[in-house]
Amino acid sequence: MLRLPSFQLVRAESVDDAARALANESDTRIVAGGTDLWPNMKRRHQKASTVVSLANVAELRGVKDTGGEIRIGAMTTLTDIHDSELVLAEQPAVARAVRSISSPVLRNMGTIGGNLCLDTRCTYYNQNEEWRQSINYCMKEQGETCWVAPNSPRCWAISASDSAPALCAIGARVRLVSTDGERTIPLPELYHDDGIDYLAKRPDEILVEVIVPKAGVAKTSFWKLRRRASIDFAVLTVAPAITVDASNTVTDAHIYMGAVGSFPIRVHESEKALLGKPFDAETIAEAARVARKDGTPLNNTDFIPQWRSRMIERYMEAALREAAGLEVDRLAPRHGFGE
Amino acid sequence: MGKTKTPKAEAPLSDAASEAPSEGSTDKKNVASDRPLNLIGKPFRRVDGRAKVTGQTKFADDLHFPRTVHMKLVRSTVPHAEIVSIDTTEAAGMPGVLGFLTGDDMPNTFGILPVSQDEHALCVGKVRFVGDPVVAVAALTEDQAHEAALKVKVEYNDLTTIASVEQAASTPEPRIHDYGDTGNIHKQVSMSFGDLDAGFAEADEIFEDIYYFEGNTHLPMEQHASIAFTEDDGRVTIYSSTQTPHYLHRSLAKVLELPASRIRVIACPNGGGFGGKSDPFNHEICAAKMALKLGRPVKIALTREEVFYCHRGRHPVLMKTRTGFKKDGRMTAQHLQTALDGGAYGSYGVASTYYTGALQTVTYDLPKYRFDSIRAFTNKPPCGPKRGHGTPQPRAAFETHLDKAAHRLGIDPADIRLNNLVPPDSVTANYLKVGSIGLGDCIEAVVKGSGWRERYGKLPEGRGLGLACGSYLCGAGLPIYWNFMPQSGVQIKLDRSGGVAVFCGETEIGQGSDSVLAACVAEILGIDLQDIRLCVADTDLTPVDLGSYSSRVTLMVGNAAVQAAERAREIIAKAAGEKLDVPPSRLAFSEHRVFDIEDDERSMSFVEAVQAAEAKFGTLGTTGSYIPPRSPGRYRGAGVGPSPAYSYSAAVVEVEVDPQTGIYQVEHVWMAHDVGKCINPALVMGQIEGSVYMGLGEAMMEEQVFRRLPKKRSNALVHKHPSLLEYKSPTFHEMPPVTSYIIEDPDPNGPFGAKEVGQGPLLPMPPAVANAIFDAVGVRVDQVPIGPHHVLEALERKAKGKEGRVGPNKFPDYDFGVPLNVPTVAEGGDGKATNQETAGVRKGIGTMKDREEAVGKGGQ
Repeated sequence: MLRLPSFQLVRAESVDDAARALANESDTRIVAGGTDLWPNMKRRHQKASTVVSLANVAELRGVKDTGGEIRIGAMTTLTDIHDSELVLAEQPAVARAVRSISSPVLRNMGTIGGNLCLDTRCTYYNQNEEWRQSINYCMKEQGETCWVAPNSPRCWAISASDSAPALCAIGARVRLVSTDGERTIPLPELYHDDGIDYLAKRPDEILVEVIVPKAGVAKTSFWKLRRRASIDFAVLTVAPAITVDASNTVTDAHIYMGAVGSFPIRVHESEKALLGKPFDAETIAEAARVARKDGTPLNNTDFIPQWRSRMIERYMEAALREAAGLEVDRLAPRHGFGE
Repeated sequence: MGKTKTPKAEAPLSDAASEAPSEGSTDKKNVASDRPLNLIGKPFRRVDGRAKVTGQTKFADDLHFPRTVHMKLVRSTVPHAEIVSIDTTEAAGMPGVLGFLTGDDMPNTFGILPVSQDEHALCVGKVRFVGDPVVAVAALTEDQAHEAALKVKVEYNDLTTIASVEQAASTPEPRIHDYGDTGNIHKQVSMSFGDLDAGFAEADEIFEDIYYFEGNTHLPMEQHASIAFTEDDGRVTIYSSTQTPHYLHRSLAKVLELPASRIRVIACPNGGGFGGKSDPFNHEICAAKMALKLGRPVKIALTREEVFYCHRGRHPVLMKTRTGFKKDGRMTAQHLQTALDGGAYGSYGVASTYYTGALQTVTYDLPKYRFDSIRAFTNKPPCGPKRGHGTPQPRAAFETHLDKAAHRLGIDPADIRLNNLVPPDSVTANYLKVGSIGLGDCIEAVVKGSGWRERYGKLPEGRGLGLACGSYLCGAGLPIYWNFMPQSGVQIKLDRSGGVAVFCGETEIGQGSDSVLAACVAEILGIDLQDIRLCVADTDLTPVDLGSYSSRVTLMVGNAAVQAAERAREIIAKAAGEKLDVPPSRLAFSEHRVFDIEDDERSMSFVEAVQAAEAKFGTLGTTGSYIPPRSPGRYRGAGVGPSPAYSYSAAVVEVEVDPQTGIYQVEHVWMAHDVGKCINPALVMGQIEGSVYMGLGEAMMEEQVFRRLPKKRSNALVHKHPSLLEYKSPTFHEMPPVTSYIIEDPDPNGPFGAKEVGQGPLLPMPPAVANAIFDAVGVRVDQVPIGPHHVLEALERKAKGKEGRVGPNKFPDYDFGVPLNVPTVAEGGDGKATNQETAGVRKGIGTMKDREEAVGKGGQ
């Protein structure tokens, strides 16, 4: 099998412990569930001389009801989140997004912190050392060229987190801790539109907590497109959170798409098409029609980009219709969710 | 659970002890008696089942010996290049490193076919694809071997990258190999059976279709692994996950330059093979060589990426089918052209090439038939045999072609098939001898089960049914290398303990071959499976069996086992008869006893009977062997296609398609398979369902495809996704409910009438899915895999008033040479070509005289 390189493993017992290790050592990485980092290190496209494990940090585990909000520790497993009655009752779209991640065994290991910080993905990058050597590497790791778009000055690796768009749409925040102190930022501010420098989190900062608002008036849903109904990363996710007034007029809209760019993309065009209009089939069809202006599927994951681009409209329409309580007549729910 | 249907008369066990021939069926030697069977035909637990589910089975990677060291292969990172230099200096200084091998250490070539000895254990002079092994590194631990492998430096001088059949045909130089029919075309075939023009002239309608079947790979859960060690006096032993220990044995002898008698190959149970472990492999030979060099056990376990590079999977094939039809759907002639992308080495490719044409004739009557084919070398991992070997591609082309023809002619797709069936006991246009054929019963079973007559063409938009059929070999009629020896041998040892030891070279790859072997012996000796000790797949201890490929094991090993067991029974019966004072022919063996069928009070236990035989005859042992019957074809190429018997399958698939996205789901599969006679219905069902699963993967998503980087910037040609995550294969969610029908039409050549089931039921799946999509939404996707984007594109084309079809439009104008002309039996032909001398004669495949002699001695 592929083998891990040698490195120093620090098993932190507390957040302070971990923060100190990250401050004192250079060339560090944090490991939570290990479902992303270990395969990446075996393939040698993520490297570290010191890996700080949060596995023993008990304070980072669990879903807490703090009255106005839900606080989810970064080390809470994905299984524990989608099995949480609280999350399911307050934010069912988040529960659905988390349940759609990979497969049950991976969700038993994978954590919410890890999923939010998931390395961006690309079929020219998620390959072993020898394979990448055969293409003379790529811009994201050791190379010069982005093989997805060879004349591009930037890397187009894809944000593949399913929880991120769902949590961005409902206004979740994340708390980051380092030896310099802590800060809490809206989740969308955690991300940069860049396949390489995709996180605003500094390497010495630890994402310790996700702060999730309780259900407000917003209507939400989550739709995911992928080849198979389990295991696969998304090639498209759509997560709307729509607020309407008493006359069913849209007063607020937050819609995010995943897997069609290097970060969770806010779908401004669709939001504009909804605002001030009745949340009905006609408005939704228009909002869906313009959605693809905000996403850029490229040839660096499964399926051809042209079809994925076409699916943005279909999936946006389905997700918005479901949020609006309209009938959705598609095979896709059975196709897309491991429910 | 599926249902079992037995449309024909029961086909019970032959009873060789009773000499009386059964009425009117003197040729049915194995289906001759009315004595009920004890074991055969009833579901029983597989003999290796408990060990597998409790983790006791030792796969190759589970083995470890004292002082074992680990080996890694440094593989080419360029698709096509000369090796300029190899520098192991830095790697040699890495911790734990013990030694290296390069191509210079093993100059002899090897390969599975005698005509394609084109592989080196490690590349000599040049590399031919990304993944071609160049250097072997051994170290104390696997980690150390891996780190050292990454430090080996190989300098290359790039050659032109050949990425496709078209490019290979138009780029004769540089040649990937310095042999083959021409330039980078490895093999050209053209053969015409009967007066094709006359056949087409008789037709009322002539239809032509072009179809593409993408390559895909086996995806066994077990990655290949081997461990080799030396013993005194220059002997070497290798345990390996191989389907063909005998062929590995031969290749080792050739490359290591050791007498075969000093090499021992033991095939471990395979964690899935599907054809992907049928070639002798570089890593196996390197492990043996490294063990000889270091004098320590050497182990190598491939990574998943390396398994994708070993490949030998389904060839990508472009096909053109042209068929003449009468108004009533009868076919008058067919002309099939195929073009195979072979990858970088020969492997089984010459056979694969012939197989893309050979079995088109055994399902529906084709009075005149022409077949042209080419196989090209390209800079990709070599293609070879995957479940169905070369036949699923043309079968998919034929069955979709037939579905279209049925629609054009206004005939139900089930009827057009039923009306064209090949008659039993007949000879096809290309001289294949068809014995039993249960295809009609298969079609009737799935038509009835699926409610076809009531539902086909009448389901709501988006729902559809599709029907398709298939056929496969029960072992190839000829061995891979010319010889007159048995294809399968079994030895039985019995002694006073009452235990029966059965020795056979057969290899358990998960298909249940151990259980078949044990069951055949247990049935005839009237004992339990638990009383049988198997010793299999060990070239030192077991008689040769050619291996687990071409669905040959049940029929060939089964027949050899039956013969050995009957001989044992005869010996025991002689001794027991003497003791009981009963003529041996009146003795029956059942429930651990030997008794007089006319007076069952006169009996003794099986153990006592064996003791009587050991006392009378001395140490007891018998052998059995099997050689297939001779086939009637006498033309060049007639060696590919003949089989002692053909299995048949028919499937109906139900799909639901979302016309907004093209996403579709297979809702149900009805699969009927003519297995001749079930040895074990539980295993037969397992094989049917496994074939449905694998065929569904090929239909829906599996593809072994490559990325060519922009030519101005790079020569790279890499496997697009050598990983289990990105090479898409169905999960539980995609697997539909399956209703299986076991059709039993016993074949006189099969043990107890049994035929194969390991590969056949895969064949109908891809075309049945395609035909169902057509019934659901009225569009044709003439290629596999069928992605939702293809379905949507076809729907959009149709909506714009264009042809509702996605697929290749053109078959390139390849030169196949002058066709070999073989008159059919109906035309008075004798199986020989009329223009043997003038038709493009090519080197390397043996003279007609060799072939005639070999064929002539077969079955004697």
